[in-house]
Amino acid sequence: MRIKRSSWSIPYAIFLALFVVMPLVMVAIYAFQGRGGGFSLEQFSRFIHTPEDLNTFMYSIEIALITTVLCLLLGYPAAWIMANSELNPSRITILLFILPMWVNMLIRTLATVALFDFLKAPLGEGALIFGMVYNFLPFMIYPIYNTLSKMDKSLPEAAKDLGATPGKVFTKVTLPLSMPGVWSGVLMVFMPTISTFAVAELLTMNKVKLFGTTIQENINSGMWNYGAALSLIMLIIIGVSTLMSGEESSRENETGGLL
Amino acid sequence: MKKFLSQAYLWLLLVMLYAPILIIAIFSFTEAKVLGNWTGFSLRLYENLFLGGMSNSLMRSIVNTLTIGVISAVISTILGGISAFGIYNLKGRTKKVISFVNDIPMLNPDIITGISLFLLFVAVGVTQGYVTVVLAHVTFCTPYVVLSVMPKLRQMNPNTYEAALDLGATPSQALRKVVLPQIRPGLISGLILSFTLSIDDFAVTLFTKGNRGLETLSTYIYADARKGGLTPELRPLMTIIFITVLLLLLVINIMGSRSKSKIQK
Repeated sequence: MRIKRSSWSIPYAIFLALFVVMPLVMVAIYAFQGRGGGFSLEQFSRFIHTPEDLNTFMYSIEIALITTVLCLLLGYPAAWIMANSELNPSRITILLFILPMWVNMLIRTLATVALFDFLKAPLGEGALIFGMVYNFLPFMIYPIYNTLSKMDKSLPEAAKDLGATPGKVFTKVTLPLSMPGVWSGVLMVFMPTISTFAVAELLTMNKVKLFGTTIQENINSGMWNYGAALSLIMLIIIGVSTLMSGEESSRENETGGLL
Repeated sequence: MKKFLSQAYLWLLLVMLYAPILIIAIFSFTEAKVLGNWTGFSLRLYENLFLGGMSNSLMRSIVNTLTIGVISAVISTILGGISAFGIYNLKGRTKKVISFVNDIPMLNPDIITGISLFLLFVAVGVTQGYVTVVLAHVTFCTPYVVLSVMPKLRQMNPNTYEAALDLGATPSQALRKVVLPQIRPGLISGLILSFTLSIDDFAVTLFTKGNRGLETLSTYIYADARKGGLTPELRPLMTIIFITVLLLLLVINIMGSRSKSKIQK
């Protein structure tokens, strides 16, 4: 018997159906299940009528946005400097910025806690934002650095020769060309910050709760239907932001960053 | 001046990124229970870390992390390699659908992957433990293997597989002897990536490990930190992990730039 080349994908197709599609279907089934067992929107109306969870949700989006903006403001100049051959940074510097991405997130978070302890600074919202930026900054720098270093260097030079001021060269040439990397970085910071859960607990001594923690607590205490509904809400946020930034980056340019 | 300022900015950021790790490394060489308390140089914490052996729950969690990492990386690489070959040769709609589903675990936040698998295991009635953790890790590692093998397949002559069959090879022989050598670099980077993703994972493991006392390093650290305060032995451990990663990356990078300069010659 002759096995077609494409037939080698069949086992994986079954695997994907069982362990990727089915679990997501389970989330949807649990989310739309009422107390009686039938289809119901009960879980979602419960979310809207629980001010505590709703506030946590809005607060998480706020923290994720603040983190993303701070990472962008701190990371873009760093990526720009590293991609700029005139300023000639060493390869080691670039490596040092990428390195923390390979160290376990919990370890990095606890290291931040240690730093705050050491400095005798109180844990709380400030520590949370510092820890988030500290955790995710490399994920912003790396894709922006990637697009900037692949950019055609003769373009900003041409703009300069044609009389553009350094500021104009940046806003009209460099920045627009680096947008795919920026979008990719924004996505890589925003998505994990909005879904993180352990990080917030550890950095604030359980004082501040994020949406991920709310989901985890509900699942842990056996409220699977409500937990599934909350997961579905988070999935929608993630899906929408992926689509938005994906569209942006593909519209801007084909040469993208990391995603 | 411009150069000086930009270098200063980079170093400032690096100090921010490395200060926490540096503090942990420094205080791994003293005995004090509370971090920030220096009670003189000592290697006691390092001794404690290794002395207990397998009776030590921290050591057990490290061994679990490593074995789960190796097992899931190997399974993901085999499954991903074979599947990439299959998917590459699919056409039209089927290919689009499978590629899309293959992307889902990479885009999904960890917590959602974890919860969705948890709900599946619960609904089916599987007891969660070592096996479910490995299954979950294979689920989120395999897509990365598929993606790292794909470019190698594009460089390959697609007819060599059929040629091998025509010459009398069995399908699995054709895969092993003809396709495998050509996609090996992609498989190796997929294997390394899978291993790193697996040992680094926290959220998915937390939801699929069950409640029979299975801990990996991440979940151990989490449980420990929630109890309040870090076990001091974690300080030398973090230091060791960090230095290992640093050395590994340096070696990979130096090797990479060497082979590049060889090609240029």
